[in-house]
Amino acid sequence: MDYLYYPGCSLEGTANEYDLSCRELFKALGDCLTDIPDWTCCGATAAQCVDAFLSVVLPARNLALAEKTDTGLDVLVPCSACYLNLKKARQDLLENSALQARVNQVLAPDELAVNASVRVRHLLDVLSRDGAVDRVAELAENRMKGFVVAPYYGCQCLRPFAEFDDPEQPRSMDALIRATGADVLAWDMGGVCCGASTATTKPQVGKELVGRILDQAGDAHAVVTVCPMCQMNLERFQPRPVPVLYLPQFLGLALGLSGKSLGCDMNLSDIKPVLSRVAS
Amino acid sequence: MHLTDIREKLAARPDLTRHLAQVKEQMATCIQCGTCSSSCPNAGFMDMTPRRMWRAVLTDRVDMVFSSQTFMLCASCYVCTLRCPRGLPLTDAMAELKQVAFALDLDRFRRSTRFYRAFMDNIRQYGRVRETEMMARYFLAVKDPRVPMSYTGMGIKLMAKHKLHPHFPTLGPGRLGPLFERATQQQEQ
Repeated sequence: MDYLYYPGCSLEGTANEYDLSCRELFKALGDCLTDIPDWTCCGATAAQCVDAFLSVVLPARNLALAEKTDTGLDVLVPCSACYLNLKKARQDLLENSALQARVNQVLAPDELAVNASVRVRHLLDVLSRDGAVDRVAELAENRMKGFVVAPYYGCQCLRPFAEFDDPEQPRSMDALIRATGADVLAWDMGGVCCGASTATTKPQVGKELVGRILDQAGDAHAVVTVCPMCQMNLERFQPRPVPVLYLPQFLGLALGLSGKSLGCDMNLSDIKPVLSRVAS
Repeated sequence: MHLTDIREKLAARPDLTRHLAQVKEQMATCIQCGTCSSSCPNAGFMDMTPRRMWRAVLTDRVDMVFSSQTFMLCASCYVCTLRCPRGLPLTDAMAELKQVAFALDLDRFRRSTRFYRAFMDNIRQYGRVRETEMMARYFLAVKDPRVPMSYTGMGIKLMAKHKLHPHFPTLGPGRLGPLFERATQQQEQ
């Protein structure tokens, strides 16, 4: 299937391997991603802490750009924070026509208008529900057999919108991981918060929360994530070395794609144990 | 800062007083069950539990609310919002308290509010976040050498992975300057 793609700022910087691996994975699966032309920041966590109206305007600008493509395609978002901002703005605009009118006045001089018609979908929503599981199973040929993976979902792809998974006991990654031949670690930490951007300004919070999460990862050979902020925190505050990689990196490796093409030289945690497994 | 200072600062800002009244109204049906406190991953770091803080909001104890770090420690994980038996928008209300604290510019929240400011200035200027410059500006603005020092190890790792991308800063109205301007004007209407 085809999608409009909103990478978001992190994927151009510290989460560059997430961007590379998403693009490579979808290419291998035969899907086409088209970047939303001229996209800009969704406001991240900062906008909603500063100015409520601007925290709608910033994502709305990107929704308007997506609508302007006239493709009718869903917007695919790999970053959970971007996903939530875009989805929340869409919801607010749909429910509040006065707000939509005010936002459109702000957008109009740039020849943009938003009516919240495009669907906003998280990468994991797309991968788990649009048929990727079967294609991964077919292409991976059980390459990850014997491997145990701890799926880490974080928060904002699960909550507050329970769109594609159980917001407290998520399982949408299970089938994807099993499709590679790997086993899924049974744990309760998949949807437990890593501290998100609070860990940026208050590192002691990140250290404690990530410690609690990774302590439970026990026997897993790797933790996989679907959010740049989670990935950053899980790699930054490790109590012991644990390979942490983005889900599309893991699936890409399972499909036999090269580590280099998936940005596997860019992870901050040591993911050699995973790479050597695929090589052997 | 003395608690009376917060009341004085608020008294001078009727817009923020109105904003707080709206937050209070949103919370009106809180039954003080404490599900928020027991669900919060950061409750252990807070000087006041979320349940107590909402009680302070409901009883107009703004001095208690803004002398606490509780709402600033909200990581927007939405577990309390999901579980609240009254269906209250707790996480969004936390963000509203952050907005008020940002506008009050209280020194005790500097680590957070200077970060938000650096971030917003950065996207106003470039449209997309330039992480390296944003963090450098944050370090300058926070005026506390312990903050950049706590990032040294991380900075070295990121540099080794070629993830720091210094650009020459550019001047002028900024990529999203006019949009920001219009959004401000729209709110003043």
